[in-house]
Amino acid sequence: MIFSELYGVYYNAVAKILKAATQRPVTRQQMQDIVKEQAFSESLLAIEPALLTGRWPLLRPNGTAILQHAPDMPLTMLEKRWLKAILLDARVRLFDCGMEGLEEVVPLFLPEDVTIFDQYADGDPYEDEAYIRHFRIILNALKERHPLAIDVKNRKGTCTHMNVMPEYLEYSEKDDKFRLITSGCHYGRVVNLARIQFVKPGKLEGKMAEWAKKLAPCPKEGREKKKSLVFELYDGRNALERALLHFAHFEKEAEKVDEKHYRVRVNYNKEDETEMVIRVLSFGPFLRVVEPEGFVELVRGRLASQYILDGQPDSRQE
Amino acid sequence: MSYNELIKNFERIRDYMREFYVCGFKSREEYDKKSARSYDDERRRIESWLGDYMGFRQTPEGKNVFLAIDSRLSCHNPLYKAWKAKSFTDGDITLHFLLFDILDASGKLFSLREIMEHLDGYLADACATGAKTFDESTVRKKLQEYIREGLVCTVKQGKTLLYRRAEMTVLNCADALNFFSETAPCGVIGSFLMDKADAGEEYFSFKHHYITQALDSDILCAVFEAMRQRRAVTLKMPGRRTGEITEKRVVPLRVFVSVQNGRQYLMAYWERQKRIWSFRLDRILSVQEGEVCEVFESLRVSLDRMQQHMWGVSTQGGKCHLERVEFTITHNDGEEYIYNRLLREKRCGQVERLNAHTSRFVAEVYDASELIPWIRTFICRIVSVRFSDEALEGRFRADLQAMYRMYGLPGDGRGEAAEL
Repeated sequence: MIFSELYGVYYNAVAKILKAATQRPVTRQQMQDIVKEQAFSESLLAIEPALLTGRWPLLRPNGTAILQHAPDMPLTMLEKRWLKAILLDARVRLFDCGMEGLEEVVPLFLPEDVTIFDQYADGDPYEDEAYIRHFRIILNALKERHPLAIDVKNRKGTCTHMNVMPEYLEYSEKDDKFRLITSGCHYGRVVNLARIQFVKPGKLEGKMAEWAKKLAPCPKEGREKKKSLVFELYDGRNALERALLHFAHFEKEAEKVDEKHYRVRVNYNKEDETEMVIRVLSFGPFLRVVEPEGFVELVRGRLASQYILDGQPDSRQE
Repeated sequence: MSYNELIKNFERIRDYMREFYVCGFKSREEYDKKSARSYDDERRRIESWLGDYMGFRQTPEGKNVFLAIDSRLSCHNPLYKAWKAKSFTDGDITLHFLLFDILDASGKLFSLREIMEHLDGYLADACATGAKTFDESTVRKKLQEYIREGLVCTVKQGKTLLYRRAEMTVLNCADALNFFSETAPCGVIGSFLMDKADAGEEYFSFKHHYITQALDSDILCAVFEAMRQRRAVTLKMPGRRTGEITEKRVVPLRVFVSVQNGRQYLMAYWERQKRIWSFRLDRILSVQEGEVCEVFESLRVSLDRMQQHMWGVSTQGGKCHLERVEFTITHNDGEEYIYNRLLREKRCGQVERLNAHTSRFVAEVYDASELIPWIRTFICRIVSVRFSDEALEGRFRADLQAMYRMYGLPGDGRGEAAEL
């Protein structure tokens, strides 16, 4: 059962408090810090009095735990079964994984139980030994915060050498691809992992050392240039639900204009503008971009080209 | 009952979270399914869990609440928090920590009587209230619950049942958990595992990442469980038009996932209709296991066969007659990526290079209307388009005319009804 208190933030927060209290008396401030980090914004109102008044009799009045050991518990069968299922995923080989004690466990699901029906067909080669090696070198560089020297093949098939400071790995489920986001190289910030021919750790000196100092941890808010567009949506053929789900992964705000019309603002990364244009087009006449004018022009330009094609005889087919 | 940020049932919060996140344009009065008090409590809970993502907008109809989450900037799905808010009693949490302190990692066996003695000792030590005690029946029930969860094992010694904690699993896979908790089905379980470890740094971010599936995790889990056991299930679902709850007996065969809108579907054999059908997971209210289905394998083979003609999830009941879709696009020198787009996005269709600047896509599918949004993404390049269903072709062309007029281009008069 997924919905269980065993996985809840209260149990986790109390476990952390008790762990601290098995070593030395825990103070109210420590308790508050742990709850703030582990649980929800109002959790302190419940957890602190319950422990201090003895409603949950797990602490002595002096702040030490009545437990003899730091709390821990085995994995639940559900957790083991999920882990076993993950071990059957081709992408698991990218990671240096150690899991013992799952030999007899039945996986929660098998690869054949799931079909991703609209994923692009040219995903990364997760079973390719060179790809796995490159992935691990990159992941290690991210952890160690050291630069990378990369030879990457571009779209035209020529090889380019780059010295970069890796920032993070970005995975797209739609593309089924990993991209390395980097800094410190004038060729660009993004490297498709499948295009890498060779990668090795670089030297942390000069400009790279400067970039390393500037690296921000995930998430990376503010690094990408943001744009926004506003569209009006006519709720025909279930377009409202389809559009709101389709654009759900963006930061967005929707407003009802009347029974059938809605106005939606979507924030997106500038680099994804072309993709946004075709996503807007896919909704046909149920979605009309109204702002900004530059984006409206991009849509209008494509329609104008199609309008011209529509007027031509169908002569280029054969 | 006074307000508590934890909840007993997930169903109601599931609806509110989806509304706030996916829609976010409704005022308090529009949540008419529940009482105003219920709305206020659920909104307060979600604010407690996800306050950083919550926004408010004042409208003439009232204050609208919405969740604005850029999933590319969140290393972990914030909606998972809802699964970590299950309520419990004072006895539950006290017993939990005491039992696992008694059943320690040494693997030593304890009888229920010995466990009771130890519990009394702990409670005397705490001596805060002196009133807390547990009876044998409560402790036995809790141990049974932990046996079902796989946390506690039993050994019979004569007539006495002895308890010990289950073997610990050695895990050294923080990076894999980081990744799969966001990308694998039922990823929330990976999130539970990560909570137990000390959080390290994050190295992954996720693009095109749909996070609403998190809210259907228990339904998905129940469906997987039934599939593993080859069992039929009874689904409870609200009717599309009336909203009336109905029961459907089906044999779950496979889960279909869209990475372009985040929807998940159960493909199942619907016994009443005698057809393989798709059921949206987010509309399923509950899954109840039935008996083992002897023909599970052959039904799956039927689905495999049908998948060769499925663009999305529509099977139209697996009808014999297939619909044909064909379109031709043009691409200039230096636009090889357009041809490559066709190749990587073609699914069950076929792509043919007609000449240096023209390519053709052809598919025979159960439901050609599912292709229309995709075909529209090639607008500005479509030289010709043909549907065997003439009405559908007419609709496609009328929609295009409507789009021309919407953006100030002269249309031919068709498609008026579809315009904004």
